Amino acid sequence: MLEIRLHGRGGQGAVTSAELIAISAINKGKFAQAFPSFGPERRGAPVVAFCRVDEKKINIRAKVYSPDIVIVLDPGLLELANPTEGIRDGGLLVINSNKAPEEFGDEIPSSIKIATVDANRIALEELGRPIVNTTLIGAFIKANQVITIDDIRAPMLERFGPKLGGRNMKALERAYREVIIQE
Amino acid sequence: MEKARKGIEVSIALAEAAAQADVDVVAAYPITPQTHIVEHLAELVAEGELDAEFVPVDSEHSAMSVCCGSAAVGARTFTSTSSQGLALMSEIFFIAAAMRLPMVMALANRSLSSPLSIWNDHTDTMMVRDAGWIHVFVENGQESYDHTLWAFRVAEDPQVMLPVAVNLDGFILTHMIEPIEYVDNQTVKNFLPEFKMKNALHPDNPVSMGCFGMPEIYTETQMAREEGIKNAYPTILKAWEEWGSLTGRYYHPIETYKTEDADYCIVTMGSYGETAMEVVDALRDEGEKVGVVRIRLWRPFPFDDFRKAVLGKQALIVLDRAISFGGPGGPVASELRSALYGMEGAPSIVNYVAGLAGRDVARDDFRKIILEGKNKAYAHDTDGFTLYGLRG
Repeated sequence: MLEIRLHGRGGQGAVTSAELIAISAINKGKFAQAFPSFGPERRGAPVVAFCRVDEKKINIRAKVYSPDIVIVLDPGLLELANPTEGIRDGGLLVINSNKAPEEFGDEIPSSIKIATVDANRIALEELGRPIVNTTLIGAFIKANQVITIDDIRAPMLERFGPKLGGRNMKALERAYREVIIQE
Repeated sequence: MEKARKGIEVSIALAEAAAQADVDVVAAYPITPQTHIVEHLAELVAEGELDAEFVPVDSEHSAMSVCCGSAAVGARTFTSTSSQGLALMSEIFFIAAAMRLPMVMALANRSLSSPLSIWNDHTDTMMVRDAGWIHVFVENGQESYDHTLWAFRVAEDPQVMLPVAVNLDGFILTHMIEPIEYVDNQTVKNFLPEFKMKNALHPDNPVSMGCFGMPEIYTETQMAREEGIKNAYPTILKAWEEWGSLTGRYYHPIETYKTEDADYCIVTMGSYGETAMEVVDALRDEGEKVGVVRIRLWRPFPFDDFRKAVLGKQALIVLDRAISFGGPGGPVASELRSALYGMEGAPSIVNYVAGLAGRDVARDDFRKIILEGKNKAYAHDTDGFTLYGLRG
């Protein structure tokens, strides 16, 4: 089972990303869950969303405590929200940042692999707004092949419509190409 | 071949089940965590996809009043609420059952104030335990969808004629996106006959409902209610059986997992069940002879099924999501202690209360509860209850 945790701020769309990953996986016959950290949502406040993907039915009704992958939508949350908490050894931390993975060496335990992508810049250029949730899915897909870019296209277009959905796909594909994953 | 599963939020799937049941009247007031259910139904009506009367009421008290009126004229009726909303409608909630008015409620379980909490536990539903409704608990999204359709079938059966509450854990289920398999409309039609209310309110055929009951008759009316809900039991089973033959998904009043050779079991109700099974799998690998007993039907309580399920076990660890203050601990454990009292060789019962107001009960917690509970049971430390995870 693959367990994913997303850290964002209220309004950044972390929950939407979790949903899109889950729906894409379910559409191809896998089992998946996507859910928010339940509570009153406040714009700008740190929020968490969760996603699980497996080949068999998932029987866990609890938050994700030992994620394989953590996606950080806002690098400011690295200090604020402790997103590395519980990451499995060899797990991956995907950060929205214009820095190279090596530059986080001191902050992040060496048991965790780091991937970075300048999602802010990509989103600004492709969407005209620094909304990075869909962009970062591209980095996620590059790091983990549980779903492919083709798998996510239909759910994305369904969610955002052909025009906006198409632009989100373009941003996602760029992140797929531009992400730097630590060896 | 396995049918396609859809990745969808449980609340939306549940609302779409109500729409597939071709519900006539929806009256509800938004309250977290039920809101998405009612919002989606409002949307379906507004967009003309569902030919129903959506009554946007001013409060839950009015919502249940509208539901009583619409059921009384023989309209297929649906509502949904949680927590304080249920508390506000409680006056009419009791009347719906007493007047034998069939309707279906999705009860997205949530704690009650105070302190104010929007999160899940079972305090709301326990408040109306004795109102005379049929109560069923579901464990996942598929069961939420299935039981919404099943509930109409049971409620409206001429042998039943009672309101049915489908209890689903708020947030834990309502806000979860997961795979759900829909049935087609023709299957729904085959399963769910048209609602024909005997003695419906109609100007051409006047009847009185909800009359004044003098002491000379009140006792008899209450016995009629008791008989009525008990007599619903065979119809409940039959509806599950038919649903199973149509979908391959069979349900039972009490469901067991790896209990056959178990020495002891954990007993759950609601979404606890799935995590419990997962943890029992792991404990089995370590040699623990443990199983899971899951309560699906809460009212009418299936005493015989439960006794049969636990016969020969040494101990039960009962996991509640509510407290009866100053009383026996958790309402489920209290019920089960009573169910087993006097039974020869009855297992001992250890009671834990956990998961109050959305406090997560994860796999590690289940493991601790099961192993610690077993030790308590074998040490005859079975009085009262333990509030799991209590700090300081």
